[in-house]
This record gives sequence, C-alpha cells and structure tokens, in this order.
Amino acid sequence: MDYVAPTTVEDAVGALTSTPDSRVFAGATDLIPQIRAGRPEPGLLVDLKRIERLTSVTEGSTSWTIGAATPTSRLTENADFTAQFPGLSEAAGLIGSDQIQNRSSLGGNLCNASPAADSVPALIVNDARAVVATSGGTRVIGVDEVTTGPGQTSLAAGEFIVEFEVDKPPANTGDAYLRMIPRTEMDIAVVGAGARITLDGQGTVTDARIALGAVAPTARRVPDAEAALVGNAITDDVLAAVAEAASAACNPIDDKRGTIDYRKQVAGVLAKRAVKLAADRAAGITTATTNGSHA
Amino acid sequence: MSRTHVNCTINGDPADFLSESGGSLLNALRDEVGLTGVKEGCGTGDCGACSILMDDRVTCACLIFAPEAEGRTIVTIEGLAGANELHPLQQCFLEGAALQCGVCTPGFLMAAKALLDKNPNPTETEVRYALAGNLCRCTGYDKIIRAVLDAAETLNAS
Repeated sequence: MDYVAPTTVEDAVGALTSTPDSRVFAGATDLIPQIRAGRPEPGLLVDLKRIERLTSVTEGSTSWTIGAATPTSRLTENADFTAQFPGLSEAAGLIGSDQIQNRSSLGGNLCNASPAADSVPALIVNDARAVVATSGGTRVIGVDEVTTGPGQTSLAAGEFIVEFEVDKPPANTGDAYLRMIPRTEMDIAVVGAGARITLDGQGTVTDARIALGAVAPTARRVPDAEAALVGNAITDDVLAAVAEAASAACNPIDDKRGTIDYRKQVAGVLAKRAVKLAADRAAGITTATTNGSHA
Repeated sequence: MSRTHVNCTINGDPADFLSESGGSLLNALRDEVGLTGVKEGCGTGDCGACSILMDDRVTCACLIFAPEAEGRTIVTIEGLAGANELHPLQQCFLEGAALQCGVCTPGFLMAAKALLDKNPNPTETEVRYALAGNLCRCTGYDKIIRAVLDAAETLNAS
C-alpha cells in the first residue's frame, strides 16, 4: 500500500481518480481491522486528515459544519455543539473507547456502512446533509441517502464526504440517541434509537423524527411512529403506539448480539425512551447529557 | 510496498524512521525506533496495549499508519518518567501492585496519563470509563483504578 496525505479536496479527488485501487480514510479504526481480517489491501491510501476542511467544526448563524474526518472526541468536547445537539453528541461519544474517539469520525462511521453505526440514526433525525466531493466539484445529499446496505454506499468511485451540514434545531426541540448493548462500554449496538422532538408551548408535539439502527440493512426512519406523535402530547398511550410502530418497522437479523424477536422488542422500548428523553429536552426538563455513560 | 521516511517528535526528541507505507505506527515504533514498551495485543484497537499519545491525544498505535506520524508529537511509555524519578502514575502502579503480567501496563499508564491531563480529579466512574479501552487479562482492574485515583491525589498534592 502506498500512502498520500493531500492538503486540498481537489488533490484528494485527483489522487483517487488517478489510482483506481485507492481508498480514502480518516481514523482507519474500521479500515485497519478489516485489512487485518483479510479484506484486500487498497493500492493507495488517501489520508483525508491533512485537509483543513475535513477536520474543522464550525458554528454558523443557522447551521453547523462538521468536517467528515473530524475525530468524534472534538464533538463530544464541544460544549456549544453538545448543548444544541445532545443526542448527536452522545451518539458520537458511544463509538468505541477514548483511544478510538480520538480517531473515529462521522464520515467514517457513515461510510463504513455498518447497520449498527451509532452516529447515523442521530444524524438522520437531525436532517444532516453530506457534502460529497466529486471530480466535478461537490454535491449535497441527505445522510439517509448515503448507505444502501451493509458495507455499501451510494458514493461513486472517487467520491468522498467532505463535511456534514446540520441546521440548528428550532425552538423547543430536543434530540436523543440511546443504544442497547449487553455491557457498559466498547460494544456494537444490538439496537440503536434516535429521536428528535419539537413541542409547542402546551406540550403538543409539532414535529417528530425517529430513526432506528442495527435492525435493518441500513438505519431507517419510522414514519408511523412519527405520525403517532405529531399533534399529540407525550402520553403513555402515544408512547405505546411509538413502540409498536418501531417494532413493526424492524427487519433485523439473528446474530450473536441478539435474535430477531429480541431486537424488535428492544427497538420499541428504546424508541419510546428516546422520544421521552428528546421531549424532556425539548421542554427544558432536562439538559443533562450522558456522554461517557450508556443507555 | 514502498518505504516512507517519517519525521516526528518522540518523547521530546526529534526522531525519524523509515517505514512501510501501509505499516502500522506500532510496528514502526517497536521495530524501527526500538521502543518496545509499546505492546501489541489485539492489533485491532480493542485492547489498548499499544496506547500512545499523539499530539496529546491517547490513541492505539496499531490503528495508525506509520506515515501519519509525519510532523506529529508522540509520547510512549518510555517518555513518561522524569530523568530521575518515575511518574506518579508509575509509582502508584508499583506501590499498589496494579499489574500482574505487565503487558497491558504501558497502555493503561498512557490512557491514565491522558485522563489526568484532561481531568486532574476524576471520580472512580470517570476512571473506569476512561480506561474502558484497555483490557487486562490478568483481571487486575480494581488495583489499576485505585492506583490511578492515588496518582491523581499525589499529583494534586504536589
């Protein structure tokens, strides 16, 4: 394997298009274990971390721009970002150990295309957009348009994600991401659930986004659960409807981490809890985050 | 596979080494630079035995391609002690018998150093989360946690 570390997006695109057998990487926390497990080595490694735009986190007036190769620890340590997106910050903070957090990135977590990627449901409920570098410039797509299946993305050869754009949440809005794992730290989601809730002054839900991870080939929104929330207060009956819709939306696999039936049931429970936490944040009842803790 | 010339700072001194472009920084540190205190456990970022500081951040040297170290500042276990005395973390690990076979110890010490640099007065829970990326197969966690808390106390008193 050869290695290059371009300093501009254009040079990275050039390196990728001139070498067919090339691969971009950020933290390499998935890439190196995959190579060690026997996946073919790329001929050229293109390190994106020397491109300033890829490792910058910028708060604009109406949105945040997060470089796709930024280590996730930069997000969890960013108090302003975490105050505005506690759920997304928590999700980013669940990716591996401190050692991994200093390398892992949102771009890598998304493009590795694991169905269990923790940050993806949280990005989706926040309507995050991915700015994709192409040989002709950049194009912008929704984060939910990036993964197409386990290990598969919609990005063409030579394309990579430069940065994410996330609009600041409207007033009275809260987000949350909860993950079920059988231990406390350092594990892969059995189920993950992200939620973003907007309330009016009376506690009625005016907007709801719910996305599940690890229960289908890609993270997915749950429109039926969202519909059960909008126009209603967060009551036990409404939460029961959310749980039922979330369980019904699952198309999981049986594996060593959980059975199909278990994943479906837990998806309902986690979706309900995530909605409750997001709604409490939207109402200002809690502002605490659980970084460094677990669901 | 081509070889790359890498310039960086290791344990306070300028250093340079030749490395396979796709080789790990772990192998370069051990085989080219001779810093064998950096241990290989799993080689996939799960066990933390190869923990080092790169630009003051704790990372697994096995998950870094060697050429990525160009221009970076690296601290390994060999750079932890002072000229004439052990670092308080090392002293507390010794006094608290916070090790058995010792293979995980350099990684635990570097992860603990990163924690105390950032949070000089951690709770036990915070120590446990901060060291979640380090595995000890002799199961010496309790003494390790206590040694880190003792070292924090020592550092805060000095």
